[in-house]
Amino acid sequence: MKRELALLVAIAFASTAQAPVMTPDQKITHALNRLTFGPRTGDAEKVRALGLEKWLDLQLQPENIAENPDLQARLAPLDTLNLSTAEMLRRYPSRAAVKAIQDGRLDLPEDPFTRAAFEIAMNRAKKAEAKGPEPETKPVDLPADFPQSPRERVEYLDNLPADQLAKVLQALPQGQKMRLAPLASAELRRRIEVLTAPMQIVARDLTSGKLLRAVYSDRQLEEVLVDFWYNHFNVFLEKGADRELVTAYERDAIRPHVLGKFKDLLVATAQSPAMLFYLDNWQSAGPTGSGRGGKRNQGLNENYGRELLELHTLGVDGGYTQQDVTEVARCFTGWTIRQPREGGDFFFNPRMHDRGVKHVLGKTINPAGMDEGLQVLNLVARHPSTARFIATKLATRFVADDPPPALVEKMAQTFLGTDGDLRQVMRTMLAAPDFWQPTLFNAKLKSPLEFLVSTLRAAGDEVRNPQQLLNVMNQMGQPLYRKQEPTGYSNRGADWMNSSSLLARMNFATSLKHPEYGAPDFQRK
Amino acid sequence: MRPLNRRIFLRDSALAMAGVGALPLWLQRTAHAAEPSSSRKKILVTLFQRGAADGLNIVVPHGEAQYYALRPSIGLPKAALLDLDGFFGLNPALAPLKPLWDAKNLAIVHAVGSPDPTRSHFDAQDYMESGTPGRKSTSDGWLNRALQPADKPSPVRAVSLGPALPRTIRGSNSAVAVESINSFKVRDDAAAKQFETLYGADQILGGTARATFDAVKLLQSLGENSAPGYPRGKFGESLKQIAQIIKADVGLEVAFADIGGWDHHVNEVAANPTEGQLAQRLAEFGSAIAAFHADLGPRMHDVVLVTMSEFGRTAKENGNRGTDHGHANAMFVLGSDVKGGKVYGEWPGLAPEQLYQNRDLAVTTDFRDVLGEAVYRHLGNRKLDSVFPGYSMDPTRFRGLLNS
Repeated sequence: MKRELALLVAIAFASTAQAPVMTPDQKITHALNRLTFGPRTGDAEKVRALGLEKWLDLQLQPENIAENPDLQARLAPLDTLNLSTAEMLRRYPSRAAVKAIQDGRLDLPEDPFTRAAFEIAMNRAKKAEAKGPEPETKPVDLPADFPQSPRERVEYLDNLPADQLAKVLQALPQGQKMRLAPLASAELRRRIEVLTAPMQIVARDLTSGKLLRAVYSDRQLEEVLVDFWYNHFNVFLEKGADRELVTAYERDAIRPHVLGKFKDLLVATAQSPAMLFYLDNWQSAGPTGSGRGGKRNQGLNENYGRELLELHTLGVDGGYTQQDVTEVARCFTGWTIRQPREGGDFFFNPRMHDRGVKHVLGKTINPAGMDEGLQVLNLVARHPSTARFIATKLATRFVADDPPPALVEKMAQTFLGTDGDLRQVMRTMLAAPDFWQPTLFNAKLKSPLEFLVSTLRAAGDEVRNPQQLLNVMNQMGQPLYRKQEPTGYSNRGADWMNSSSLLARMNFATSLKHPEYGAPDFQRK
Repeated sequence: MRPLNRRIFLRDSALAMAGVGALPLWLQRTAHAAEPSSSRKKILVTLFQRGAADGLNIVVPHGEAQYYALRPSIGLPKAALLDLDGFFGLNPALAPLKPLWDAKNLAIVHAVGSPDPTRSHFDAQDYMESGTPGRKSTSDGWLNRALQPADKPSPVRAVSLGPALPRTIRGSNSAVAVESINSFKVRDDAAAKQFETLYGADQILGGTARATFDAVKLLQSLGENSAPGYPRGKFGESLKQIAQIIKADVGLEVAFADIGGWDHHVNEVAANPTEGQLAQRLAEFGSAIAAFHADLGPRMHDVVLVTMSEFGRTAKENGNRGTDHGHANAMFVLGSDVKGGKVYGEWPGLAPEQLYQNRDLAVTTDFRDVLGEAVYRHLGNRKLDSVFPGYSMDPTRFRGLLNS
């Protein structure tokens, strides 16, 4: 009896004395699972060689990581990713530009290739309007010396000046054009793409760029964070002018700040044409404001004011009222865009601004024009509710669907103590033992994006056509850049698991000839 | 994690399959459930208009002068409406639904909504889907709780159309998300067998996977639905597939589909009142429901269809020919056993002192009373206190929308 008791005590003692910890190898895998889009073959060895601490530190300073040259080569042809919105709109036809040319408000571009792309877009638009047979277009003959075999054709096209190239490509039937693509140089392939679907190029570059970076970037944590913060400040790509504004939004408002100060991120999104357009603030005017376009657009629009408080900063339970929403919206009247459909920038229009005194979250905001909006952003960026809301959301993404409250509290304290330094918040999370609990190992269900990209990374297969992957994302319920609601996609893994998405995952893995990635273990990270 | 390699995967699966011997339990259950016996059930179809549809411009109180005072540029003129009862008129974009109203198959409840004051899309949708306004901790949805215990539940008794499984249909009864019946399968048969085995042993995903494979077997036996009239697009396709599952008599009891794009802060109504963003959305919405009704014909005796949206919109138009987030809304209830051709509910009025918080249509009917009546009278589930916990549901408070 006595001995049995002693044994029991010994067992109990042994199990508490050996506090469960991850093995060093588990820690490396865990870090790769949670902070990247999934380990590639050899990644774990590389981290081990470098040392986990050093690797973590490096991922937190992506500016010190030389980017993968392979990725850069793949991104190079996607030129819209590096263009200003205005320049992008000059080079690639948008719906607005097509209409402006049709209405005689804009001339066709001079450059022969660009001109050809615009003409194709305009013919398509006419066809769509007429809903009938294609309108008469001057039939273009292929040149008499145009060769027959695809290889010779590619060579022929490669040597053509731009204006003639456009003509030949226009004359070439779609199917034959597609057959040239695999043989063509990157430059020629790009030109074929542009003349095949000129109005889709911007969105294609954006979505291809995202997938390519996720798969190939060596700055993995940065890519994960860009995905996280874009989703936090979600903008729906298909809403009117946002089709052309999102590229610059992600590049200039989100990406530079993901490891910076939250306030800078918040101001950058608040002043971005994409957000101003998406949440309608560009049209919101005070009662005395003269508004844009006369009577049509006069008065307050609460959309941005509400989502700023509910989704971007305080959180829905962060302690604000309907009155606060209205007052915040009043502060932001006049924050608008110059010619949104022509890629214009943010500007403050004092004629649209509500000049009254406002009261936001118990603080009086005296009339100060554009500065009122900045005061609001300052106020909410440093609010304890914001610290808790952001900490919870980051921990939900990186740690667990229901993250440990103590960890969230630590992260929130760092947020408050560092003026919202997101790099420090991430450091706090990674330094906490809570992040490395063995129960978390391979325990969080992957989102569709995480599943898709981790599969590609694990398989090591070359991503030849990122566009083909978009449909898989749709089937799994996460179309890229196309979450219509400002809430963004869920960071909770459990929300993504259902019969439809499970079958899509199994089918994707099988189609890659890697059924093992359709197995249950690989659905977790 | 260390990925399985292909060879290990195949070997383990083969071992697992070899070890099973007789049919696994869940497969036996499926075999029973799939018997084409008396699977004809009463069916509740719920449709969610995500984004807060503007009930005041959908079922328009043209008899109230205040409506036109609040909406000088987006109010729909009486002449443009399809009059319903001399006070309310239907948005003309919903013309396909008018014959259903005239045939008394379509009822409308107005000034209906949630007692919770939130104007957050997310929270309000969550509350309407959980059926517990103001309570975030509810883990399942009311539509799942509306299902009653069954001996041999069909694997497709609860189906949601779309790539995600929405909150409202999640819960302890198995429910499947079907994006499209055609693609609802593992295309490679050999892989499918291995996945069944592997997932069968998984503690976390096993339940979902078993439910999935059971449903796959059933749904892949269905023929095509070639019924005409459904509009192109995701929503029409969803209703068409729900009808397809209903017509196949495979044990469907509750179905869900949603349609987004109702958050019209800007250009809700164009200069021509029959055009604009709302009219476009309604045209798709109405024609899909009308096609569904025509498709099912006499089967509409077994079906009740209910529509909802998380909240209504401000009574007063905003500065951009749109409306902001409001409170009460309108719901549609459709079916052969519906006492249609009537707008139900007390009308609270639109005068300033009648508005909720001086800005929105007030709620005079709790949305749970409408849903509760459908659950109680149509599905025959009398345990409303477990379907809508925390709400003392009293059948005497039902609006009388359904023949009892």
